[in-house]
Amino acid sequence: MPTVNHPRIEAVNDFVIRFANVNGTGSASANNMFSKAVFRMGVPVSPKNIFPSNIQGLPTWFEVRVTEKGYLGSRGDVDFVVAINGQTLKQDYETLMPGGYFLYDSTKALPRDFKRDDIFEIGIPLTQMCIDNYTNPRQRQLFKNIIYVGALAYLFNMEFEVLTGMVKDQFAKKEKLIAPNIGALELGYNYAKEHFTEVCGLRVERRDNVGDSIMIDGNSATGLGAVYGGATFAGWYPITPSTSVVEAFEKYANKFRKDEQGKNKFAILQAEDELSAMGMAIGGNWNGARSFTATSGPGLSLMSEFLGLAYFAEIPIVLIDVQRSGPSTGMPTRTQQSDVISAAYASHGDTKQVLLIPCDPAECFEMTSAAFDVADRLQTPVIVLSDLDLGMNDHVSRPLKWDDDRKYDRGKVLTAEDLDNMQERWGRYKDVDGDGIGYRTYPGTHPTKGSYFTRGSSHDDYAAYTEDSSVYEANMERLVKKWETAKDVAPRPQIKYRDKDSKVAAIFFGTSAQASYEALDGLQEEGTKINTCRIKSFPFHPDIGKFIEEHDTIFVIEQNRDAQMRTLLINEFNTGTEKLRSILNIDGMPIRARRIKRKIERMLAGENVSPFTTVNSSAQEVEA
Amino acid sequence: MSYLKSTFRHPESPKNDLGYTQANYEGALSTLCAGCGHDSISNSIINACYELSLEPHKIAKMSGIGCSSKTPAYFLSNSHGFNSVHGRMPSVTTGANMGNRDLTYIGVSGDGDTASIGMGQFMHLVRRNLNMVYIVMNNGVYGLTKGQDSATADVGSSSKKGVPNMYEPMDLCELAISLGSGYVARSFSGDKDQLVPLIKGAIKHNGFALIDVVSPCVTFNNNPQSTKSYEWVRDHKEATGTFDLVPEEQEITVQNPDQINESITLHDGTKINLHRQPDSLDITCRESVLSALEEAKQNKQVLTGLLHLNTDSNSTHDILNTCDTPLNRLTEEDLCPGSDALEALNQSLR
Ligand SMILES: Cc1ncc(C[n+]2csc(CCOP(=O)(O)OP(=O)(O)O)c2C)c(N)n1
Ligand code: SF4
Ligand SMILES: [Mg+2]
Repeated sequence: MPTVNHPRIEAVNDFVIRFANVNGTGSASANNMFSKAVFRMGVPVSPKNIFPSNIQGLPTWFEVRVTEKGYLGSRGDVDFVVAINGQTLKQDYETLMPGGYFLYDSTKALPRDFKRDDIFEIGIPLTQMCIDNYTNPRQRQLFKNIIYVGALAYLFNMEFEVLTGMVKDQFAKKEKLIAPNIGALELGYNYAKEHFTEVCGLRVERRDNVGDSIMIDGNSATGLGAVYGGATFAGWYPITPSTSVVEAFEKYANKFRKDEQGKNKFAILQAEDELSAMGMAIGGNWNGARSFTATSGPGLSLMSEFLGLAYFAEIPIVLIDVQRSGPSTGMPTRTQQSDVISAAYASHGDTKQVLLIPCDPAECFEMTSAAFDVADRLQTPVIVLSDLDLGMNDHVSRPLKWDDDRKYDRGKVLTAEDLDNMQERWGRYKDVDGDGIGYRTYPGTHPTKGSYFTRGSSHDDYAAYTEDSSVYEANMERLVKKWETAKDVAPRPQIKYRDKDSKVAAIFFGTSAQASYEALDGLQEEGTKINTCRIKSFPFHPDIGKFIEEHDTIFVIEQNRDAQMRTLLINEFNTGTEKLRSILNIDGMPIRARRIKRKIERMLAGENVSPFTTVNSSAQEVEA
Repeated sequence: MSYLKSTFRHPESPKNDLGYTQANYEGALSTLCAGCGHDSISNSIINACYELSLEPHKIAKMSGIGCSSKTPAYFLSNSHGFNSVHGRMPSVTTGANMGNRDLTYIGVSGDGDTASIGMGQFMHLVRRNLNMVYIVMNNGVYGLTKGQDSATADVGSSSKKGVPNMYEPMDLCELAISLGSGYVARSFSGDKDQLVPLIKGAIKHNGFALIDVVSPCVTFNNNPQSTKSYEWVRDHKEATGTFDLVPEEQEITVQNPDQINESITLHDGTKINLHRQPDSLDITCRESVLSALEEAKQNKQVLTGLLHLNTDSNSTHDILNTCDTPLNRLTEEDLCPGSDALEALNQSLR
């Protein structure tokens, strides 16, 4: 091994390892095995799959953050690379931190121009080992991945039984595969042990830091939330990264929703496009069957006309928008939070839509199941605003909880009996108690009472068509009243004061939260106390306005170019242009904690820096 | 603007099996142009529902946007109605039907609403075989936006504007037949005797039923150069034959028993007895019907009546294996797996 002129990175349970693979080579399950093994050793992990819009052949990375303290956002920087992809070898080599480790397939020597003297090279002849040990080409490819996982187990001093236990769990139904997989792990383990004793300064040690947490991706939790929330119908059109929401709904519905005759207590239709998907969800909810759809940016645009109908005709809808990098097709397999404005104000005319914004899988579950109640209560669309990072990556999360006493809130719905007992004339859109919401009836309720005509054209309290300006105006104003009611129904922001007297604060939402909290913890250790407000819904609760008033400098941290949440805050509260300062990330990767921290430091020091934490858009070197 | 309709009815108006008079099936006063074909179709819908003794509140009236799509306000005021957005009635009806399979869905659309903006949704609706009646009030123009040609206008036909249409027309019946619809009919708004039984048969059919009704627009497309005018259709109409609809429980004597050459039983036991001339069309055969439609077109005829019937198909719910109870009637107990199941799931994710 060449001499290295840099101290090695040493850390216990606190490092970032990046796997560079080729899409479609079976690396994902091996990499997941590694990350789950760390989790099973009681150490929190945060895996991120960075994948191309491609089925086979293009580069893909899988980054695992091992984080004893439980910081689940992206940290930034890489301490250890497993470089299995020839196409990105150079890039992976260059971006590794000084003092880091570069594990590569040494069947072929590294090219001459790979001559960093500040990193530790760990060459393992993976391809040769596979040729020597396996005959079948597919096996040679798959076991290559397992061999490096075995080597990592040695290098990080992990409990080998945890890995063998995982193999046994994974192949419980295909026992034949257990022995060869364990064999491959041992091959890697023994090779590393023989050739790289004492090379690696990174360690995974058993802890008890995950408690009763689970590991699940946001979309699975969302699909499950729809099952628990009583959704019976989904109309949808495939689009990454939302597809797995409906797939999860289908999986869990098949598991939990069969009647005695084996028939389905749910229905799923793959629509011809997103217009149709949204139309279907509207039709189902109009009939009182909880219905939803899931999409991403391009689909949200297509649903826009229908969202206006649902808003104006007051039909509950649950729409899951798993955001990805736009505009247009953008970077379809990369994350972003860039549908904030198009979701909040979706559709033509004066419209505003209720948003629920989860930040982890447990909230995906809770907010999706709650979304059906909120939509029924408010008789309006509710958009659950998730994103690719949350939806498609596994996250360590609180376990999912359900209160068996909880009853669905179906909102204001009249039964036949209610109609018979009514003294005054019923008006579908009549606000009888000041919350801006009328009573609805489901079709088929009563032979002679309760029928009405649902329409997207102007209507009076009794759902009759009208072009009377004052009636139209009164109706539009009632919808504003309903919007006020929504502020009490939607989840409150999570506000935390690190120092009651501090005039510096940060606002963030969704998947920007984890990395932001981590950055602010780091600043706090250095004496800077920044209060935080995590937005969980739109319309904004008045507490958010108060929070803005209380502070002089407020960093609004989000993952889009145009500072959409900041714009929304300024627009809704009519304040803050001066003190709301953006920190933005638009490279399609989850926002990194180290970069947020450094950016805030520089801004607080009075430097005139760009809001972007990403390389190109800041036109500045990105510091750690 | 809203019109009030006289509520006076003769006390001895005839009643149907449910004890309802025809008035129980009426709607608000129409605001369409006097003489518009669409109003006659509304009346035929009223007649059909009355004669079938359907509970009005168990019917859902669905539509898109257009003069035609306004008509659900003018029939069945005890039914819920949904005037959705332009061209998207199919998806809304699909969702509604998924949510409650027990209602009768009567969808009304225009030729613009269906054959242009809504073509995609229409075709997918047909291929899913959603259990519904789909009535196209086909006038060959966009009435509500003042007379532009629609995609069903025949080549050479011109509206009041006087410019002949040069584009190939869409034949919605041919499309529906080739996409597997089991009940396809064409009729004329002015021929109530033909239309009412066609609507009744469509309601009884399990699966998607299309009735394309030529329905002249008196304001923009009723001139002699138009092939969707009253005059032209009356002169060029040919019928495939007539039929009787015999409800399961009823053994009625048919008018012309000699002429029955086929009797087809529908899903719920209702029988359709077809009467035709010996040399006329076999409507159970897709291929013959499609070529008959083409032939009629070449002869400048409008072939009307029941064009195709196939009772042997699965509707969307059959395909999806949905439970018999309408989904909107399921409660927490049916739907929520509960905390124990969730805890078991948590355990599997550790
Ligand atoms: C998205 C959208 N585009 C355009 C319109 C305008 N528009 C209303 S009705 C109509 C055409 C209706 O034609 P048809 O369906 O044939 O109905 P008719 O009025 O002839 O009965 C159009 C283009 C609309 N309402 N929505
Ligand atoms: S414009 Fe034509 S289609 Fe519309 S109501 Fe008048 S006659 Fe009927
Ligand atoms: Mg028309």
